[in-house]
This record gives sequence, C-alpha cells and structure tokens, in this order.
Amino acid sequence: MKQFRTVTSRAAVLDRPDVDTDQIIPKQFLKRIERTGFGEFLFFDWRKDPAFELNQPEAQGARILITGRNFGCGSSREHAPWALEDYGFDAIVAPSFGDIFRQNSLKIGLLPVTLPVEQVKKLAERANGGEEITVDLEARTAGGFPFELDDHARECLLEGLDDVALTLREEDALAAYEASHTAPVSTLAI
Amino acid sequence: MGLTLFDKVWESHVARRAEGLPDLLYVDLHLVHEVTSPQAFESLRLAGRRVRRPDLTLATMDHNVATGDDTPMDPLSEQQLAALARNCEEFGVPLYATGSGREGIVHVIGPELGLSQPGMTIVCGDSHTSTHGAFGALAFGIGTSEVEHVLATQTLQQRKPRSLRISFVGELPDGVGAKDIVLNAIGRLGVDGGVGHVIEYAGPVIEGLSMEGRLTICNMSIEAGARAGLIAPDDVTFRYLEGRPGAPKGADWDAAVEHWRELPTDPDAVFDRELEIDVSEIRPQVTWGTNPGMVVPLDGVVPDPDDFDDADARAAAERALAYMALEPGTPIQEIAVDRVFIGSCTNSRIEDLRAAAAVVQGRHVHASVRAMVVPGSAQVKRQAESEGLDRIFIDAGFEWRRAGCSMCLGMNPDVLQPGERCASTSNRNFEGRQGAGGRTHLVSPTVAAATAIAGHFSDVRDLVPA
Repeated sequence: MKQFRTVTSRAAVLDRPDVDTDQIIPKQFLKRIERTGFGEFLFFDWRKDPAFELNQPEAQGARILITGRNFGCGSSREHAPWALEDYGFDAIVAPSFGDIFRQNSLKIGLLPVTLPVEQVKKLAERANGGEEITVDLEARTAGGFPFELDDHARECLLEGLDDVALTLREEDALAAYEASHTAPVSTLAI
Repeated sequence: MGLTLFDKVWESHVARRAEGLPDLLYVDLHLVHEVTSPQAFESLRLAGRRVRRPDLTLATMDHNVATGDDTPMDPLSEQQLAALARNCEEFGVPLYATGSGREGIVHVIGPELGLSQPGMTIVCGDSHTSTHGAFGALAFGIGTSEVEHVLATQTLQQRKPRSLRISFVGELPDGVGAKDIVLNAIGRLGVDGGVGHVIEYAGPVIEGLSMEGRLTICNMSIEAGARAGLIAPDDVTFRYLEGRPGAPKGADWDAAVEHWRELPTDPDAVFDRELEIDVSEIRPQVTWGTNPGMVVPLDGVVPDPDDFDDADARAAAERALAYMALEPGTPIQEIAVDRVFIGSCTNSRIEDLRAAAAVVQGRHVHASVRAMVVPGSAQVKRQAESEGLDRIFIDAGFEWRRAGCSMCLGMNPDVLQPGERCASTSNRNFEGRQGAGGRTHLVSPTVAAATAIAGHFSDVRDLVPA
C-alpha cells in the first residue's frame, strides 16, 4: 500500500452532501480489470459541466478534497478511491464518510479525514481563499484541526503496510479457529 | 447483561483479539462476482498467494451479463467475465457461470441455495451483501482490497460497529409491503442515519414477513448508511431453509435448528440506539429525488425545497428536482414514466414476481411505456416459468429476460436513455444510476406493475378492473 505521511496543497472544495460512488466513478468504467487509470473518469458526468467545482482553475493540482457529509455513500466499488487517488488526491476531508468507502480508502493509502462540520466549513473557506492546507498524519491534524484515526490504521498508512501479510503472520490463530469451529457450509458440496 | 443477535454472531467469529488492533473476524461464506474481484485475484497472483478456503467461497456472474438475446456484449465485458472464469479455475473457486442453471444475482443465489444461514458471517464485494442478514447472519459489503484479504486469509480486520434496533409495530395496511416499510424507514433515518451501525430489524411486523420480504428489508440497510442489517431467525427462516442444497440434513439439521434458536437478541440486551416505527399509517412509497431517503407516499406530492429547514438538505433537494425535472407540489400519481424495471437483488425473487404478475394479469402495459422483468436468478426464472408467470408478463407486453443485475446498475446494455423516467424496484436512484441522464423512482413490485399499466405512478387499487 502507498505510504501517507503529510501533504501540503491547495484544496478543492465540493460542497455537497451524500456524494455517492456512482458519481465518483460511473458504472461503465467498472468493466476494466486493472487497478489503475481510473483518474480520468473521476466524476465523469459532473465534469461535463464547465461550472463543476473540479473544473475551476483554482482546483487544478489540488491534492486535498474538502467535501460534505456522507461522502462516498452507496456502492462498495473500490474503483471510487482508486479514481480519486489516480486523479491526484491524497486526502479527503469531510464531516462523515460512507463506511465501505472509508475502509476502502484506508486500504489504498487515500486518507479520509473526519472533522466536525463547522471545522470542515472553516477549512473550505480557507481553501476557497487560496490558502494551502496541510494534512499531517503523524500529528493527526488537518489545517491545524486535530482529527481522530485509530493507531493501527495510522501506522498502516504511515508505513504503507500490506495488511494481508500482517494477517498471514497470525497463522496460529487462524488455524486454531479453524480447528475449533466446524464450517457451517461447503460451497464444494452442494 | 444479555447479548444482541449481532453480538452473538460477532463474538463467535473472532479468530484473534488483541489490544489496540481490530478483531480478525472469520468469514463463513465469501461470495464473489466478476466486477470487484479481478484486481484481488491479480494481487494474489503477484504475491504468490493462494485462496485459503475455496470451499467457503462461491462465484457467480451477475453484474455485467447480458439479459437478452438481443444484447451483444462489448469486448471489455467479455474480458471481465473471462477473467472470473480463469481466476476461479486457477484458484479452485466454485463458479456458477452463465448457463450453469444456478447463476444469478449473488444475493439471490446465496439464499436460494441454502448457503446463507443463521449465525454465519457472509461477505461479498458488493454493498447489498446486507441482504443475507435476513437469515440472522452478519453480512456486509467489502471493497476489492478486503476481497483480496478474505481470499488469502478467510478473515477481515474489523472494528465492531455500533448497534441500532428498529422495531416495527402496528398493523400493516393493505397494499403496503416490505419495500414500502424499508423506504419509509430510510426516509426517516436519512441516507447517513445508519453510518457506523449494524441494524437489527425487529418487532411483530418483521416477524410477520416472509423470507422474501425480510431479504428486501435487509437489502436496503446500506441505503441508510448501515453496513449490515439483520433479523432474528425463527420458524419462517427454518421453513425456508429446510431441504435446500446447502442446508444441513438429518441429525445435523436438528442440531443446527437448536443452535439457531439461541441466536435471537436476549431480552435484557442493550442497543446503542433504538427506534420504533408504527407502520399503520405507511402508504405505498415512491422516491422523488436522487437518493433513497428522498421518498414520499404514492398519494403525496413532490416536496418543496423551501420546506426543508437544513440548508444542505434544501440545496440537495433543489439539485435533485432539477435533475429529476420535477416541480414542487406535483402529485406523484400525475408523473408519467417511460420505463418500468422489475428486478434487482432488492425485488427479483419469486414472491416479487408473483405479486407483480397478479397486478398485470389480464391487463396491458401502457402504450408509452417499455417494461421489463429480470428474474434474480436462473432458478427464479425457471420457477416463474413453471408457474406461467412469464406468459402473464409477456402477454401484458413486458419483456421477460435472463437473470442478472441488469438495469439496477446498468453495466450491461439494459440502460435508460438520457431523460427517460423509470419506475424501478431496485435500490438506488442516484443520478445516472440506471444510465447517464436517466431518472429513477424507487417503488415496490406492485407499484411498478400498476405503473406500467397506467403509464403514470399508480396503486393497483386505482387500476380499471381487469
């Protein structure tokens, strides 16, 4: 997984709630079997509108996206964080996230930062005023506001750890569980 | 203190608990489909890893399959389906491919094969995995990185969500069903009301529902932001499961039922949140906007954004009405539709098709409407055909298609054209969900069927007698 430590950048502001993953990456792009190259299709339909926030000159090169509550709701498609990351974003700041989107983002090194709605609005004002924002994972701050992220998730991001490898180190625990629990079904036996 | 159903399932699947770390939760059943798995298999291949438990893994083709003979597949879709077949072959994962007779929407085949059972943990790279919670299983959607993690380790690193119980009480009015109940609940909770929670649906109304109805309710948990929703197993559950291919047999069956009867939430268990909904006043529901929480009764009107107190909600309503091309105050029943879609993991099971067929029998689809029925699985399709439901739909002017996700997400050629308006039994009315520029209204199977006949949103009770 990609490491994340700190990013200082201008921020794009998408001030609307409940941005679903169908908007982030529409279904016609889910046919690809690769993990890369989704950035050009990010917000595919919305970007057709010249007035769309990400089309504005001040949003170009932004590595931080500041947005509304429940960002990434809907489908489990990891293509959504892949597209955001491939487009150039390193961190998304919002009052809340869809659970699966948030989890998917953490797994690929795209940092979801949850802050109270008033602080998100303040950061959006500062970003709209042209100020660069710093998201610092080691200090767990965004634009100076402290945010919460559990120690384990933080360490995985800071070190870019492969969590499959981490779990495979727990072979003793896995084998013990399997030895003491009969599987309720077998898909090979129906 | 007693335990909830959710507590019991969670605690019995913790393979490793350690201070400061997420639990390693063991997965009893991992369902796989073509869209969210290829990158996971590729990562396994690159790392030289194997699938730990192919016997707890099942793949099918659903999201991206053609549902009609007239729908040629594009090369990218063919490539994606071929990749799944190749991956399953290489890693030893059983696959119900198109034409196998057991293929279908992943959340329809798990239950009908008897593989989704009480007390299990079930995951799939699809957000509607919550569906299987109807059996009293903990079932939730995951992304591709987690699919890879489950393939390699049969576990997930998870922190336990909070719990929310919604108790449904009161007398369910005639013509109101599971879809209306859950749409109404999402309207009350909001599309982020369940974020960070697992919902248990409870109360006499839930106990009175069939398995199909319970599957519809749990299916839409994610539309309220909850990763999972579950319902206590009872005799309805056991009657549904008994005799299905994956269900235990003989003495194993008796032992399983005895175990399952211990799963329901203890009387003194405490939830993080509780909500009670009286269903007595609920009427058939229709969404008017661009998320499933934007919902009103069929006999209501399109709301006015000015009536929303919250500035964000007002702006969202204005955007939604502009996208949907609707005016505030318009009676829902005066809105004409171009398309009707009966299908999806929400409403494509045999009971859904029977309910819709009962409405259309002896009637004909309105001249300005194109309507299609897409059964949830090959088995549902065969069952419906053995009951003559296909003839009822075809005679009424519906298209009768092969199983798949179809126009619920429109990955295959079943899509809305820009500006087309659709009454759909699916689960998401997001912008462009069923095709760029398409306008989706979520409804129950009976409202979808009545709407196809009337040409505008309609209750079966308002149709001219057949």
